[in-house]
Amino acid sequence: MSGNSIRDTFFEECEELLEALVEGLSQMEESPGDTEVVNAVFRAVHSIKGGAGAFGLDELVNFAHTFETVMDKVRGNEIVVTGDLMALFHRSGDHLSDLVVAARDETVANQETEAGLIKELEGHLGPDHAEEEFSFDALTLDFDADSSAAIVIDDLEGSQAQDHEAERRFGIAFTPTRALYENGHEPLLLFDALAELGTLSVEMNMAQLPDFDAFDPAEPCISWTLDLLTQETETTLHEVFEFVEGLCVIDISVTEVPAHTQVEPADGELAPPAFDPPEETPMPDATSADSVPDPAQAEETASPGTGPAASVAGKEPRGPKATLRVDLDRVDRLINTVGELIINQAMISQRIEELDLPTVAHLTNELEAYKLLARDIQEGVMAIRAQPVKPLFQRMSRIVREASDATGKKARLVTVGDSTEVDKTVIERLADPLTHMVRNAVDHGLEKSEIRAAAGKDRMGTIRLSAAHRSGSVFIEIADDGAGLNRERILEKAIEKNLVPADAELSEPEIDNLLFLPGFSTAGTVSSLSGRGVGMDVVKNAVQALGGRVSIASQPGKGTTFTIILPLTLAVMDGFVISVSDQTMVIPISSILETIRPKPKDIHVIGTDSHVVSVRGSYVPIVDVAENLGLGKIRSDKEVGILLLVSTETQGLTALRVSAIHDQRQVVIKSLESNYAAIPGVSAATILGDGKIALILDPEELIKLAQPSASDQIAQHARMELRHA
Amino acid sequence: MPETEISRADSYFEFITFSTGGQSFCLEITQIREIRRWTPVTALPHTPDDVLGVMNLRGAVIPIFDLASRFGLGATPGNERNVVIVAAVGGTTIGLLVESVSEILSVAKSSIQETPDIKSEATRNSILGMISVGDTMVRVVNLDAVLDAGLGVAV
Repeated sequence: MSGNSIRDTFFEECEELLEALVEGLSQMEESPGDTEVVNAVFRAVHSIKGGAGAFGLDELVNFAHTFETVMDKVRGNEIVVTGDLMALFHRSGDHLSDLVVAARDETVANQETEAGLIKELEGHLGPDHAEEEFSFDALTLDFDADSSAAIVIDDLEGSQAQDHEAERRFGIAFTPTRALYENGHEPLLLFDALAELGTLSVEMNMAQLPDFDAFDPAEPCISWTLDLLTQETETTLHEVFEFVEGLCVIDISVTEVPAHTQVEPADGELAPPAFDPPEETPMPDATSADSVPDPAQAEETASPGTGPAASVAGKEPRGPKATLRVDLDRVDRLINTVGELIINQAMISQRIEELDLPTVAHLTNELEAYKLLARDIQEGVMAIRAQPVKPLFQRMSRIVREASDATGKKARLVTVGDSTEVDKTVIERLADPLTHMVRNAVDHGLEKSEIRAAAGKDRMGTIRLSAAHRSGSVFIEIADDGAGLNRERILEKAIEKNLVPADAELSEPEIDNLLFLPGFSTAGTVSSLSGRGVGMDVVKNAVQALGGRVSIASQPGKGTTFTIILPLTLAVMDGFVISVSDQTMVIPISSILETIRPKPKDIHVIGTDSHVVSVRGSYVPIVDVAENLGLGKIRSDKEVGILLLVSTETQGLTALRVSAIHDQRQVVIKSLESNYAAIPGVSAATILGDGKIALILDPEELIKLAQPSASDQIAQHARMELRHA
Repeated sequence: MPETEISRADSYFEFITFSTGGQSFCLEITQIREIRRWTPVTALPHTPDDVLGVMNLRGAVIPIFDLASRFGLGATPGNERNVVIVAAVGGTTIGLLVESVSEILSVAKSSIQETPDIKSEATRNSILGMISVGDTMVRVVNLDAVLDAGLGVAV
């Protein structure tokens, strides 16, 4: 391992530790007084400090040390956690994460903030601490194990060191099996070995001795209970019995510990009954001469005696689940290969279907099983890339804090559905848009606290961030309980900016959607937060690039909710296989509201060449897909084809005309851009069962192509005029 | 002795020659991934005529260009014997439809002549140099130019 990769690992670990820190801090707020949580926070900071020390990152060490010292005081109940202190902890956590980033990128974090925070933190330490000598030992980094465990081991070594000096009394119940003697072991030798460790007393238990006529000389019938007073640990005792493991039933427990050694309560409870040999270990079965006790059972029976070392580890608060770090490239290669497998599976089924074999039920069954297996593998592989949104949401709590500080509003963040899993790429690419929206929610969404109070609301505004899986998509909602959208102001602004004609009459959702137009920003004054020229259109583009949509719902006086709907994965998609002219194409199911097989009388001509279809009384413009893609018109007057009703953000409701719908299936998305270039109206390609490539249509772009001008805004005008004429 | 080996490796190039649009072309062998029989492709909308469409190359979607049409020599007529040369340029893989592949040519660097100062700039850009083989002249194709022109029109 090169120095750099160790360094990289450190920063990776830091990220996890910072997550744990943020989580711990929010738990501290929820359940004050929970020492486990305080410990967890302390450990996170301490581990960062230790690692940073090993890499000579002095600034990080310095700050972490001060932070940790205060945390330690909290841990020792020397400082009472107040709301102010909690806020300070949060800010310190933020700064710590800045420092980690700065150390990683070799830049410098904001030193003013740092000086301020250190001063505040030291303020909580009291005068005697200010001069405390600053020293610490670099923590040995255990890169393969979770680093909080490394600390536990530290502590543990301490307690073991103590144990070495103190004598303990162990109770050992020893019941040999027939196999023990058959393998040539001799209990006496084991007892001798034990006697070397300390003071041993042995008691023979002959209760199981049968009557003389039932006596089988090969069958052991004597067990022993031993009492050992020793300085050794339980592990050493187990080592003595290492060679007879599985050949006997053995139960070691601590029966008496010196008063000055700290004992976990669990141990005390265990002590008295230790001498009773467990009931489920009777004399070995006489019928099966060489029966050996089930190792699992043996382990189970041995477990009550696990010594102090184990119980300390057991007390460790539910640590993170065991994980494996894998190079993302490897995962992606695997995902690609599995994609090929799915395609290959589809090909095989298609070929077999083409063979037109006489009904061979078992073949169909096998094929079906193959399909399910391939699907399972695919889902499993996709799940590797899936990650909970929690870290992303946690980052938002900082954004809310900073935004509320900057605007002087009071706001808190509530997150729901932290554990919802989303593709890693989606999470990465969602960070910026989400940050922007959360900032907006505080800056524009929430009212000032006086206004809130006047309206009879809680002075503290709430930003609710939630994630959920719903019908194959991920829904992420950013909701504020502010004043709701000021639609008059939005419309005014849009007219002022010449985004809509002055006389336009728009419905409420249409006004809301004006927010997504490029170059729109509502804040009367450009604040330091929002209004940096990055508008909601950027958010929308980012979400669309992920194959998702954004929508707004707003209630005056109650708040505004933005909903981001994203596909679960970027690698596969559910689509309709359609034909357009003579080409097979795929259209994402998520975009289709309904399919219509229109009667000729439902279709009307507007102008010379435009058509609308009447759908339950309203007229919806028809866009001919073949024509828009330059494949020629499919339609004679008689042949109306099939209409797919889609709703797009900019273009409203539109009917796409295609020749036929063949199938609904999951397709693997293949980029066109990687070897060629983006093609208007086409989002990607996929490979069908016959090995041919089918293009995946992008309804939104496709409909834009239908507009007389390429420009979005003029297109919008035309659409609105059409709809409101 | 190693010195001569290096200089030999340095000065000799291997090319695969092929013909299309009635002319002979060649590509350096290191640029070529494989040569495939022509199979129908999926046409792409809104692309110039010389972009025939995309093809499935073991799971990758690669664009197929009609080389003759790209060089202004007219569209390659459909023929069973047409082949697709799969070539890699930088990070991208593309396919070139040609009429037939002829042979492997090993030539010294010195026998590659520079493209003379002909009038058409497009041609000058797309041909890196020329090699004379017996009576015929083989043109060395500049793949970058083929690709750039393709992207330029499509975007």
